[in-house]
Formats: sequence, C-alpha cells, structure tokens
Amino acid sequence: MAELHTEEMVLNMGPQHPSTHGVLRVELVVDGEVVVDAIPHIGYLHRCFEKHAEAMNYQQVVPYCDRMDYIASMNNDHAYVLAVEKLLNIQVPERVEYIRVIMAELQRIVSHLVAIGTYGLDIGAFTPFLYCFRDREMVLDLFETTCGARLLYNYMWPGGLSHDIPADFVEKTKVFVKQFPKTIKELNDLLSYNEIFVKRTANVGVLPADVAINYAASGPVLRGSGVKWDLRKDAPYSIYPNLDFDIVVGAGEMGTLGDCWDRYMVRVREMEQSLRIIEQAVDKIPEGNVQAAIPKRIRPPVGEVYVRSEAPRGELGYYIISDGSQNPFRVKGRAPSFVNLSLLPEISRGYLIADMIAIIGSIDIVLGDVDR
Amino acid sequence: MHNFITYYLGAGFLASLISSVLPIVFVLGYALVAMYLELKVSAHMQDRLGPMRTGKWHGWAQPLADVVKLLQKEDTIPTAADKLLYILAPLLVFMGSYAAYAAIPFSPAYIGADINLGIFYIIAVSAIVVLGILMAGWSSDNKWSLLGAMRTAAQLVSYEIPSSLAVLAVIMVAGSLNLNDVCAAQTGWFWNWFIFGKFPFLFITFVIYFIASLAETNRSPFDIPEAESELVAGYHTEYSGMRFAFFYLAEYANMFTVAAVAAVLFFGGWNSPFGTFMSGPIWGAFWLITKGMVLVFIQMWLRWTLPRFRVDQLMYLSWKILTPFALADLVAVGLWTVLR
Amino acid sequence: MNPTARYFRNIGKGFSTVLVGMKVTMRHLFTPAVTIQYPDARMSIPERGRNRLYVNMDDCIGCDQCAMACPVDCITIETAKSLSTEDLGVTSTGQKKRLWVTQFDIDFGKCCYCGLCVPPCPTECIYMTSVFEFSDYDRKNLIYSFITLTPGEVAQKVKQAQQAEREAAAKKAAASAAAAAQKAAQAAQKPAPTPEEATQKPAASTAQQSTSSDSPGKQEDKKMESREAKPGQEPTSSAGDNPHESKTD
Repeated sequence: MAELHTEEMVLNMGPQHPSTHGVLRVELVVDGEVVVDAIPHIGYLHRCFEKHAEAMNYQQVVPYCDRMDYIASMNNDHAYVLAVEKLLNIQVPERVEYIRVIMAELQRIVSHLVAIGTYGLDIGAFTPFLYCFRDREMVLDLFETTCGARLLYNYMWPGGLSHDIPADFVEKTKVFVKQFPKTIKELNDLLSYNEIFVKRTANVGVLPADVAINYAASGPVLRGSGVKWDLRKDAPYSIYPNLDFDIVVGAGEMGTLGDCWDRYMVRVREMEQSLRIIEQAVDKIPEGNVQAAIPKRIRPPVGEVYVRSEAPRGELGYYIISDGSQNPFRVKGRAPSFVNLSLLPEISRGYLIADMIAIIGSIDIVLGDVDR
Repeated sequence: MHNFITYYLGAGFLASLISSVLPIVFVLGYALVAMYLELKVSAHMQDRLGPMRTGKWHGWAQPLADVVKLLQKEDTIPTAADKLLYILAPLLVFMGSYAAYAAIPFSPAYIGADINLGIFYIIAVSAIVVLGILMAGWSSDNKWSLLGAMRTAAQLVSYEIPSSLAVLAVIMVAGSLNLNDVCAAQTGWFWNWFIFGKFPFLFITFVIYFIASLAETNRSPFDIPEAESELVAGYHTEYSGMRFAFFYLAEYANMFTVAAVAAVLFFGGWNSPFGTFMSGPIWGAFWLITKGMVLVFIQMWLRWTLPRFRVDQLMYLSWKILTPFALADLVAVGLWTVLR
Repeated sequence: MNPTARYFRNIGKGFSTVLVGMKVTMRHLFTPAVTIQYPDARMSIPERGRNRLYVNMDDCIGCDQCAMACPVDCITIETAKSLSTEDLGVTSTGQKKRLWVTQFDIDFGKCCYCGLCVPPCPTECIYMTSVFEFSDYDRKNLIYSFITLTPGEVAQKVKQAQQAEREAAAKKAAASAAAAAQKAAQAAQKPAPTPEEATQKPAASTAQQSTSSDSPGKQEDKKMESREAKPGQEPTSSAGDNPHESKTD
C-alpha cells in the first residue's frame, strides 16, 4: 500500500509573537502537529554594539554593554570591566570585588525570576509571573538606591564602581535574603511540581550532554543536561574561590535528563545558591574606597584579552583588542543566548508545536543578547 | 406551578416570548458581573488591584466600558473569508450556549420550558457550539484559526462523553430527566444533596462532571483553543467588535450554564441548605444563582492557578482517565441504586 | 513501577498538586495588593535616582567635559570667549568664568540616562534630578536648552568674540610682519655683531614668545571653527535661540 502523502506546512512564529521572548522569528516546518524543522531567524534587535564600541572610549562602552542582555545588566558590565582591568593590569580593592559579586548574584536571581515567570506565562500559568515580579521589585529597589537605575545600571566601571553602597544596603539585602526562600517555596508549590506543568515540560526538548557540549551551550542549558560546568568554579574569577556554594545540575528527576523541566529546575535551584553566596558575601565586605583604582584616563597598552564570566544565561565573554589608543580597536561580545539559540533546531525535531513554546522558553534567550 | 409566566398569562405566544427573553436579561447582567468578578479575582490572586478607575468606585464600570468598546469597533471581515459562515459562526455559538437556559430551573416557580427531557435537551443543544466554532475557524481563512478550531472541536466532542456519563449517574439516582424533579429529590437540609449521597461515588461523579464541563467551556486549564501565548487567539483570532463580543458572551453564558447544571444535579438546585428556612419561589432563585456563582468562582480560581494542557494531554485526560472512571462510577452508582 | 501503578500515581499527583496550587492562590486572594495607584500615589525616587538632567548655568564654565563624556553625543555645547573687560562672575566652587556659553542643548530623546556626564564636571553643575515624567508629543520638544542668554545676547557675544579674535589676529599679523621686516632688514645688513643686534635679539625673541602664547587661542579658534562646521546637526529646538547666522559670519 502506498504511503499517504501529506505535505509539510511552513508556519511562521513571527517576530511579533507573545511567546518568543522578544523579536525572534522561528520558521517551523511542520507535518501536521509534529515539528520537522525549526529555523530561527534573528537580527531584529541588532543595534551594532560592537561597531559603537570602536568609536567610544573604554568608559563609554559600559552603558552599551548594559544593553546587550538587558535583564542581566550587572553581569554584562562585570565581564567587561574584568576584561578591561586585565588589559590595564590593575588590581581593584577587595571591597569592589565583593560588591560586584553581590550585585552579580542579585542580578542572577532577578534574571532567573524573569525567566521562570515568563516561562510559566508561556505554559499558561498566569499567576507565578506576578509573584516573580513582585519579588523582583525588592531587588530593583536595592539597585535603585545604590546606583540610581532599575534596569540598565552603568554601575561597574573599569577600575571600580560608580557609587559606593549606601549605608542601609547590607541591612536591606539581609531582609531580602530572609524572605525570598518563601517565594521559592511558593513557586515550587504553584508551578514547579504542578502535574500539568511537569507533563508539559518533562521529556520535552531533550538535550543530551554530548550534543550540548558540541554546540558550545553554557549556563543552565548545559547544566540541565547533567554537565557539571560552571565558570564560577571551573575558571574562577573575582572572589568566587572564597565563597561556598554548589553547582546545580539537572538529574532527570521528572523525565529524561536534559529536558525542559531540568533546565527550568536548574534555574530555580540556582536562585537558592545565589542566596547562599549573597548571605556569605554581605557579611564579609571589607572597608575601602571603591573609586580608588579608577584610572583617570584609560589607555591600555597594545594587546588583546578574552575574559569570560558566568552570566545567568551562560558563558558571557568579551574579547577586546587594544591598539594603544583611548578607544578599543575591537570589542566582541560572546553572547550566551546567541550560542544557546543555535541548539533550537536540534532539540525541537519530533515534538509538537505547543512544545516549541516550552523549548524556546527553557533555553531562556534574551534577544538583546542574541542580536547585540 | 412550574412557570409563573404561563400561570398568569396562559400558555400563549406572549408568555413564551417573555419566558425566552427573561434569561437573556439575566445572562447580560450576569455576564457583566462575571467579567468584573474575573478581573478582580484574578487581580487579587496576583497581589494587584485590578480595575480601579472606571466608575470611580473600584472600577465597577469596567465591563460596561469593555462592552461599549467592543460595540464601537470596526466590523472587519477578511477579504478571503467565507462571508456567510463568518457571520453565522458567532450566532451559532451564542445560540448553542443560550438555548440551554430554557431548561434550567431557576426557581420552583420558574423554568423556561418544563420538558421531561430537561438535562438531555441541555446536553444536546450545547453541541451546536462545536458547529459554530468549526465554522468560525474555517471561514477565517487563517492557518492558526483553523488549527485552533480543529483542536477545539476535538476537545469539545471528547469531553461530552465523561460529562454525559456523570450526568447519567445522577439521573439514575434521581429517577427522572426533568430537572425540577431532580431538585425536588434533594429537598431538606444540605446533607440531602446528591453530592453527599451514595458516598463517595456521587462525589467522584461531581469531580468528573466539573472537570469535563470545564473543558466544555474552554476554560483554563483547557483553554488551548484560545491559548493566547500559542496561537494568538485560536478560532476567534480574526473576529473583532460585536462578533467577538458574541464569542466572549457565549463563553460566560456557558460557564453559568454548566455551573447551574452542576448546582442542580449535585447541590440541591433551588433548595435552601437549611430545609424550609429561607426557601420559597424567590429564595429558590437566590439559592440557585448563588450556588452557580460559587461554582463560577471556582472555575475562575482554577484558571488563575493552573497552566494549560497540551492538546494530546487533553485528549489523554478525557479518553483514558475521565471516561473509564466515569464508566466505573456509573456502574457503581447503578449497582448501589438497584441493590438498595 | 508498572504502568497501572504509574497511572494511578499520576492521577493522585495531579489532584494533590492542583489542590496545593489552589491553596497558594487562595491565600494570595486575601493578602493586600502590592501595587499602588499611580498617578494618585507615587513611589519615591531615591536620592541617587538617575532621571532627567539639570544644568545650573550659574556654575557652568563651558569646559565641554560632559559633552565629551557622553556616550551618545546628546549634549551640544558652544562657547564664546569673553572679552578681558567683561566679568562673568565666579562659580560656587570658586572658579572664575571666562567663557560665555552660547549653546547648551541636551537631547533627552538620545540621552540614555547613564550618568557619565555627572562626575567629570569640575563645578558639579550638571546633575540628575528625580523628574521622570516629561514625555512630549513632539520629539523636537525633548531638546532642552539650558543657556540663560537671550538670542540677542548670544548673537552679540559671538560677534564680539569673533571681532576680538580678528583684532588679535590682525595685531599678531602686524607684529609678525614687523618682526619679519626687521629680520629681513637685519639680514640685508652685514652680519657683524653690533650692540644693535644684541638689543634686537631680545625684541625678536619677545615677538616669538607672543606668537607662541597666541597659539592656544588659535587652537581654540580652530576648535570653534570645527565645531561650527559640524555637519548634520539637527536644527535645534522650538526655543529657537540658536542663531545660525552667527556661524556663517
């Protein structure tokens, strides 16, 4: 008997779509409801960050770095200033290092809250999103009292920080650290272990560990597949060696190892680990002047440097080439979301259209990062 | 008397006209209240305030504002749409939802049409909604609408089975398809209600009926057809203005129908929970509407708590979980009824 | 776990997790809302809040540091040298002002609120306020002009600065011409060391010194010219106090 010939349909999950986390166009080739191929088309948010960086001096590039991954702004700045400081070969005061790490971890919590909230929204649970944003407000208030902005901070400058932390920062952070575990518990009750959510995300978008490594995935995407790789422990920078925390990996608890649920749960548990880091660091902040090491004029010697850090979305690296002048010759941002997005066709073959949403949400992309 | 209008005006055309228009008045008023309730319940569950400005006091006029907004929108029909079907679809959907109101016993003194096949009629006429939805999806000339419509049709048809089986179990206990008789069989204090009868089987029946009817009304977690984050808006993507208002109204009307039927079947209908205290024709209407609204509130509560099912999981739930349980439950209730 | 057991376990888990979730949302139904009703109630902006900029022109010395620090080039500054007879006053930090600021525009449509312009200011006259509600219907209205001179005064200051420049240039030219003439006359004479030469040399050297001291002024003029010649500048705002005529003078 001859095979029934069905045609494949090309559907466009177009740049404007409620669930693609920004302006991402995914061209789906579907056979009925089953996805045969998913081709992401990007570039709708390209703002020429790297070209701009060639025309600015090193200090002026920092606001541009903020705007790459606009949800994890502190981490973007952190990697960049580490790179510039390595190029200039200057040592920043320990107080600066501690504050930077605290800010980076707070930003990690905030970024994961957005990822979790919007993921719930994609799957259809409207309420956890609001709870996540309510807690995000507490952290954004902390940021606002410190540097004046809520989303794009321009806080970490090469050599130091723009402002020192205000007097009540440590106290307010401790209040936040105390009451945040309740939210995590609430999220787990409402969303993480909810049978419907588990059924939607377990065994969906399975990413085997070797495929993840071959695609240079990083961050929760990689750790969700069971690979224990975190730059804060495996290529430590700043004061992370002094802090005690665990690397969270997915374990195939609810389904296959490396499915969407694992990646999602890695993010939830990473928030708990970040709380641990903040708790430890906030008690140990040494005294010092945060602006002592900021050079008057940044003119690095000729050379190049690549520094990477663990951003909430993965390995964020900056490759800077200096030609000895005030403006960098080239700044390349190695964006984690860009690299993680390249996995999309690989892990979405054979699943249903509704699963596409779950898969894209679990990779956790931010288009500012993908397109720069 | 079963219908005070025919009692006073005789069984003529005028009485029938008034009987058929009276529920519309109720439905329109109820829809405004339900819309407001949904906005406020969802808001407070999400730690926010909801509408506060329209109408000065806590935004009570927000549903009115929404209705006026929908009414004054441009009536667009896509160029390549099948015009007749496009126009007919919302009317069919609303008609299917509204026709069920004829057989709901609002009070001992009022039931639109006192037919002996009450519940059977309700189930039959609710199936017209499926037809309307398919027409809407097909005539919109839009891939996403078609997908949404097909999913919806599959969903609605599949969930009618456990729903009907659950109803059948109660009818066996009550002994009549006439909803007034079902209510009459539950008079007395609240422990006479069917939900507490033949424990635990009628309770399981209620759960099955509630879940199945939630799927019938396309409410979350079964709102795949309107999955805003997946298919933009499913089968009613291309509809705007008054036509969209019909779909919206039909959804709310359906919610109350299903809640009222559940109240009648399981919670005593127009009976007061306190026996003869606070009972009578007008109290009867009050009790039925209150019980219906409590069930509507539970439907909204579920919507704001749960994520939505995927299509195949939806089908799995219906065919592999609800239907077998409903069948087993039917057998158990039947045996209990016969052997007592 | 065999399939039957798993089937029943899934049903059980389904119910239990749904009920747990419902309990959470029901609890939240009775917790007070965390939102406030803007615009009737407003959150307070912290002291370091970075919102709209303000420039106190009394303290501005026209050093252009903020414009150079801006990563998006949203600050446009034009200055005119003041005459030695004019007294512009002293800033609150004690610095004597020497330049008339003839244009100080900030385009808030471009400003990215990064705050990089605030630290370089030597007199701390530019700072970020807590104003964030300043949207407008027309993009041109977002270009704020901070100068305190009227358009007439601006034109006058620019004119007088250019005139002073011309006079200084003329004087220089005359002085250098005189020095050159003297030198030529000297070269024509016998190169025998006479007491006249000894007295002339210091004069020549002072002439040289005066030319070298003029050069920073010349450089500044060159800068002014290059700024004037900047292409593609948006015609500035409805405030209309930027006399383009002065540039073509």
